[in-house]
Amino acid sequence: MSDSGTDGFVVFDRVQKSYDGETLVVKDLNLSIAKGEFLTMLGPSGSGKTTCLMMLAGFETATHGEILLDRKPINNIPPHKRGIGMVFQNYALFPHMTVGENLSFPLEVRGMGKSVREQKIKRALDMVQMGAFANRRPAQLSGGQQQRIALARALVFEPEVVLMDEPLGALDKQLREHMQFEITHLAHSLGITTVYVTHDQTEALTMSDNVAVFDDGRIQQLAPPDVLYEEPQNSFVAQFIGENNTLDGVVKEIKGDTALVELDTGEVIDARPVNVTRAGERTRVSIRPERVESNKDRLHEDAHTVKAEVMEFIYMGDVFRTRLKVAGNENFIMKSRNAPDQVRHKPGSVIEIGWMPKDCRALDMPA
Amino acid sequence: MAQADAGALDQNASVEPTGRLRTADGRPLKSALRRAQRRRKITAFLLVTPLLVFILGFFVFPIAQMMWRSVDNPQVVRALPNTLEALQTWDGQDVPGEAVFAALHADFVADAERPRRDQAMGPLAVRLNYELSAARGAISRTSRQAVNFEAPYREAFLDSHRLWGQPELWRIIKREGRPLTSAYYVAALDREFDADGSIVRRDENRRIYVQLFIRTILMSVAITFLTFVLGFPIAYYLSILPMRYSSLLMICVLLPFWTSLLVRTSAWIVLLQQQGVINSSLVGLGLMDDANRVQMIYNMTGTIVAMTHILLPFMVLPLYSVMRTIPPSYMRAAKSMGATPSTAFRRVYFPQTLPGIGAGGVLVFIISIGYYITPALVGGQSGRMISNEIARHMQQSLNWGLAAALGTMLLVGVLVLYWLYNRLVGADSLKLG
Repeated sequence: MSDSGTDGFVVFDRVQKSYDGETLVVKDLNLSIAKGEFLTMLGPSGSGKTTCLMMLAGFETATHGEILLDRKPINNIPPHKRGIGMVFQNYALFPHMTVGENLSFPLEVRGMGKSVREQKIKRALDMVQMGAFANRRPAQLSGGQQQRIALARALVFEPEVVLMDEPLGALDKQLREHMQFEITHLAHSLGITTVYVTHDQTEALTMSDNVAVFDDGRIQQLAPPDVLYEEPQNSFVAQFIGENNTLDGVVKEIKGDTALVELDTGEVIDARPVNVTRAGERTRVSIRPERVESNKDRLHEDAHTVKAEVMEFIYMGDVFRTRLKVAGNENFIMKSRNAPDQVRHKPGSVIEIGWMPKDCRALDMPA
Repeated sequence: MAQADAGALDQNASVEPTGRLRTADGRPLKSALRRAQRRRKITAFLLVTPLLVFILGFFVFPIAQMMWRSVDNPQVVRALPNTLEALQTWDGQDVPGEAVFAALHADFVADAERPRRDQAMGPLAVRLNYELSAARGAISRTSRQAVNFEAPYREAFLDSHRLWGQPELWRIIKREGRPLTSAYYVAALDREFDADGSIVRRDENRRIYVQLFIRTILMSVAITFLTFVLGFPIAYYLSILPMRYSSLLMICVLLPFWTSLLVRTSAWIVLLQQQGVINSSLVGLGLMDDANRVQMIYNMTGTIVAMTHILLPFMVLPLYSVMRTIPPSYMRAAKSMGATPSTAFRRVYFPQTLPGIGAGGVLVFIISIGYYITPALVGGQSGRMISNEIARHMQQSLNWGLAAALGTMLLVGVLVLYWLYNRLVGADSLKLG
C-alpha cells in the first residue's frame, strides 16, 4: 500500500463522482492497492464506498479522475472487458440456471471448450466445498451455500481482482464469522487482489490487510487493522471503529509527544497529540474502554489517574462493563476481563481509575 | 422409539398404546384439531359463497345450457312421432310408401288439435330448413292443407309440395328423428351428410367456418406477437424507471382501458379510413397518389391495428410486474463475468421474463380469439372473426344450435390451448400482476 501514485495494481487517482451535478458523493479519492492485497472499504451507508466499488467494476463512471488497473486506465473500458470478478450483496445467482450452469456462464462467454469448463467448474466448486451441488438450483440452497456458490462463480474464471459488495450481510452471525475466515483464507491462498465493501467494522478488522475508512466521500484513514484500532487519526475513525470514550477539552500546551488538555470540567490530563497542533485548540480526547484500569496492582506507575463515580455495572460473561461518570461524561465505559481478582464495582461508589497517557489520544473536535 | 418420541412431546399430550396422540383431556389430537379448524373452514366457505352462487348461476349454468343446445334436437321427435315409427322400415332410397304418408297425415292432424303455442310444426319447419333450404315452405304450406287431406295421402302430399317427393327430405327427417344430433357440429366443420349418411366436405363455395377459425387463430397470433413486440420494450423501460415516473407512464399504457370502446373505435375510423387523417396526410405531403389511397380499415389491417392497441395493456402489465422483480444485479453480475450486454440480456434477463411473456401471451391470445366488438365495427369482410359469425347466428339467422356448436368449439379450443400451455410451461409460472 501507499498513499497515492501509480505503482499499485489498482489505483484511484484523484477520483470524484457526482450523480446530480450538485453534490460530490466521492471527493478526491486517492487509493493504491497492491497485487494480492485484501483491502476493505469500511464506512457508514452513504459514505461513498459502494460507489467506489461500482466505479471500479465499471457500472458507474468517474466524474473526474482516473482509475488504473495494472497501470492501464480503465475509465472507458466497459464492465464485461475488465475481467474483474464480483460478489453481490444478494449473490445474484441466476435463478433459471443450475449451480453448474451459473459457474459455466463466465467460461462460456469466454468461449472455453466443454472439457476445460467442466474441469474449472469442478475445481471452483471443490474450493468452496460445494462439489456435490452442481445440479441444484440456487433456490434449493441455503443462504450460506448460495454465498459459497457466488464466491465460486466470481473466482471460476480466475480474475486477478475480485470485488465483494457486503457479501455476508444476509447471513446469521455464526455463519458470517465462519465465512469471513473462509473468504480471507481463499483470497490469500489464491493470491487474488480483493476489494471488500462492508459497514461491519468487525468484518473489516478480522479480514483485511488494509482498511480504508470512508466518510463523507473521503478516506478518513487507510491503515492495517491494528493501527486503525489503536492509532485512529481522527475522531470519526476513533468513534466508528470499536468502542470509544471521549472527553472534550482545550489544549493548554503541546510538548513533544505530550499534550496538556484542560477538560471542560477543569481537570487537566496528559494525552498524545494526534491532530491537534497548537495551544488553545478545542480537542476531543479518546480512550479505549479496555485501556482503562481500576485495579491498582495492574496500573503502571506512569498512569494518569482520575476519580470516577460508578453508574452501572454490567456483567457480560467474559468481560465486565462498568459505566462511570468521569469529568462530567456519564457514559464513560471501562471494560475489564473477568479475572479471579477483578472487583465488581457497586453503583454509587467512587473509585480511582487510570490509563497510560499514550492510550489517550487528543483528536480533532468534530464540527 | 415410542419412548424417545414421548420424551420429546409436549407435557400436555400423551400417547396411546397405538401411537395416536391425545390431548390433555384425553380426546384424540386429530379430532381436536379438526374441531379447531372447522370454524376457519366455515368462515372461508362463507366468504366465497356469494361469488360461487353468482358464478354458478350466471356463468357455469348458461355455458352448460349453451353447450347443451349444440346437441339438443327435440323438434322432429316432437312433431312427427308416428312418421318416425313408420320410417323405421324405410330403405332410404326411394320416396316412402303410403303407410309413411298416412302416419305423416296423422302427425299433422294431431298437431293441429294442439293449442296454438304448443304446436310443433313451426319449430320443425325452422329445424328442417337448416338442413334443406326449401323445407320451411313445404311444411308451412302443407300444414295449412293437411287436415283436409283424404287417402291416398301420398298423392295428396306430393300435390301439396314437390319436396315431399324428394328422398333427401325423408333422409333428413329420419336422421334428425333423434333427441340428440351431431348436425350442428358437422355444419360447423364445413361438412354435410351425403345420400349414404356419411360425412363429406361441403362444396368449396359453401365452406366458411374452418377457414374462419384458422383466420381467427392467425389474427390472434399476429395480435399477440405485435403486443409483445410493442409491449416488451415499454415494460422494460417502465421497470427500470423510478417509481414516480413509471406510475406516470403506466397511466399512458392504461389509457386504452379508460376510454370507451366506441370512442376509441371511432378514433380509429377517423384515422384509418380512405379519406381519413393518415391517408390525407400522406397525399397532402405528396408521398402518395390521390388515386392510390390505402384501405386501412374495414379489413384485416383495421382489426389487427385496433385490437393490438386495445390489448396492449394485457401484455404490458404482466411483463412489467415480472420485470419489476428482476433485480439489476443479475445483469451486472453477467457483465462482470464477461458477458457483452446483448449476451447478458439474452441469456440472463430474457429467460427470467418468460413467466411474464407466457402470462401476457396467453391473456392476449385468449381474449383476442373470442373478441367481438372491434372486428364487428372495423373488421369489414376480411377482418371478421369467428365470434362475429357466432353473433350472426345468434341474432340474425337465429340458428342457435349452430351458434352453440361454434361457441363450444371455441371454448374447447381455448381450454386445449391453456392445457397445452400448462403442460409446456406450467400454469403456476403465470404471473398476472
